[in-house]
Amino acid sequence: MAVLIRSKTPADLSERDVTNEKHYWHRRDFIKIAGASAALVGSGLIGCENGGESAQASAEPPAAVTGLTKSPLSTAEDQTDYADATSYNNFYEFGTDKSDPARYAHSLVTDPWTIEIGGAVNKPGKIALEDLLAQHSLEERIYRLRCVEAWSMVIPWIGIPLASVLPRFEPTGNAKYVAFKTLHDPKQMPGQNRRALQWPYREGLRMDEAMHPLTILATGMYGREMPNQNGAPLRLVVPWKYGFKSIKSIVSIDLVANQPDTSWNMQAAREYGFYSNVNPEVDHPRWSQAKERRIGEFRRRKTLPFNGYGEQVASLYSGMDLKKHF
Amino acid sequence: MIDKRSQQLAAAALGLLPATFLLFRFLTDSLGANPIEEITHETGEWALRLLLLSLSITPLRRITGRNSLVPFRRTFGLLSFFYALLHFSTWLGLDHFFDWQGIIEDIFERPYITAGFTAFASLTPLAITSTRGWIRRLGKKWTHLHRLAYFAAIAAVVHFWWLVKSDVTEPRYYAAALGVLLAARLVPRR
Ligand code: HEM
Repeated sequence: MAVLIRSKTPADLSERDVTNEKHYWHRRDFIKIAGASAALVGSGLIGCENGGESAQASAEPPAAVTGLTKSPLSTAEDQTDYADATSYNNFYEFGTDKSDPARYAHSLVTDPWTIEIGGAVNKPGKIALEDLLAQHSLEERIYRLRCVEAWSMVIPWIGIPLASVLPRFEPTGNAKYVAFKTLHDPKQMPGQNRRALQWPYREGLRMDEAMHPLTILATGMYGREMPNQNGAPLRLVVPWKYGFKSIKSIVSIDLVANQPDTSWNMQAAREYGFYSNVNPEVDHPRWSQAKERRIGEFRRRKTLPFNGYGEQVASLYSGMDLKKHF
Repeated sequence: MIDKRSQQLAAAALGLLPATFLLFRFLTDSLGANPIEEITHETGEWALRLLLLSLSITPLRRITGRNSLVPFRRTFGLLSFFYALLHFSTWLGLDHFFDWQGIIEDIFERPYITAGFTAFASLTPLAITSTRGWIRRLGKKWTHLHRLAYFAAIAAVVHFWWLVKSDVTEPRYYAAALGVLLAARLVPRR
């Protein structure tokens, strides 16, 4: 089989690079071969339904969203299968198993939904989601998503830049950070009956990160409204940070002067920093971050600094030691 | 009464059911979004369950006084090793794709992998010496050697405990079960 060699200087082309860029076996191809052998063996096995994808497939997909603008910030990479993106989720509010959110998130009531905006702003208050969105036109943003657990997806989000929302509330000079909270209601979010994390889930960004054009508030994905298990009706998407920074089902946004507490940092400060920028050179204390498995692919691929968004965001951190501020 | 040999065969067949089901799910592409992770989790959990099952035989025999239970210790022990081998090979071959540098790094630098590897390394000589010939050859030493099974179980529970991100509910159940089994060994023989 031919080995692909990209335009790299021979000096930095190690054996590992070559094997890495060779070919990513696609799971579906692999499965086709396996399926063919299964047919040969004979299919005398009992038919059976199990969780995961089949559980998802039976649920009605959310309503379609039309009139989306395309964005030059989107990637052209192959998108993750919708079934995978909606059945393999970390959303501890519904349980710690990846299949729990798809199974239990139906109990979340997303309409009506209000968001409370407060802190260092001249115009604080509660605002209904429709009113928050009314003035904006929805964009499609196809982004890579890199989970801290070393897997990744490519997801076509629908949303609006956070930078176009925040100024409406007139942040004051004290607004240095943005703090977000998820709904806290164990009746709707049964996973909150257990203390897997300190509820409500909290996340935060520095003001310049929040105002960066890549940062969006998402209301849907794959041309549809947001499925509950993916953080309906409103979630953050910050594509150059580990997935847990992209907080789901947001009910409050506060502009604050000091770096806010964030859930995973509170849980294990050694393992999850406030910044949590995707960084192949800073390992999680328990596993390597150098590579990732793109869902749907077989071989692991190399993780890129800032999840491949370095050109756009690296300057936000110039002069900072990212090994210290991980 | 069914004869002993068929009882053991039945236990072995039962123990192989999870692997069969896993193979079936693999062939029908129903392992979910991350099949390699799913295989790793299923084989790891079954290795641990069967190991604990194997360790529960001695206390059960003491309680019930039934010596006929003894052969099941080996059946479940070997089944546990079979799942551990699948688990380890999945990690080597499918997860790391024989990236030896990454594999060695993981074994020495990631405490949860070190613990898993320790468990696996302790189970291996037990599986090898489980034949009649080895039992005869090792005599009294065999009994001592096979106490390693407890050590393997402790290492496996630690492995599980250290790999979860925040919710230790599940490893806690296994730790509790192991605690009961260890305590049962401390009760003096009748
Ligand atoms: C060289 C030896 C081993 C290696 C490299 C290894 C590796 C792994 C890995 C990578 C995971 C998944 C971690 C994750 O998804 O976060 C895992 C999970 C697990 N392993 Fe191992 N393991 C080894 C030996 C063992 C042994 C001997 C046992 C039991 C007797 C065991 C029991 C488990 C269990 C119970 C889980 C958790 C499954 C779950 O989360 O449902 N492992 N192991």
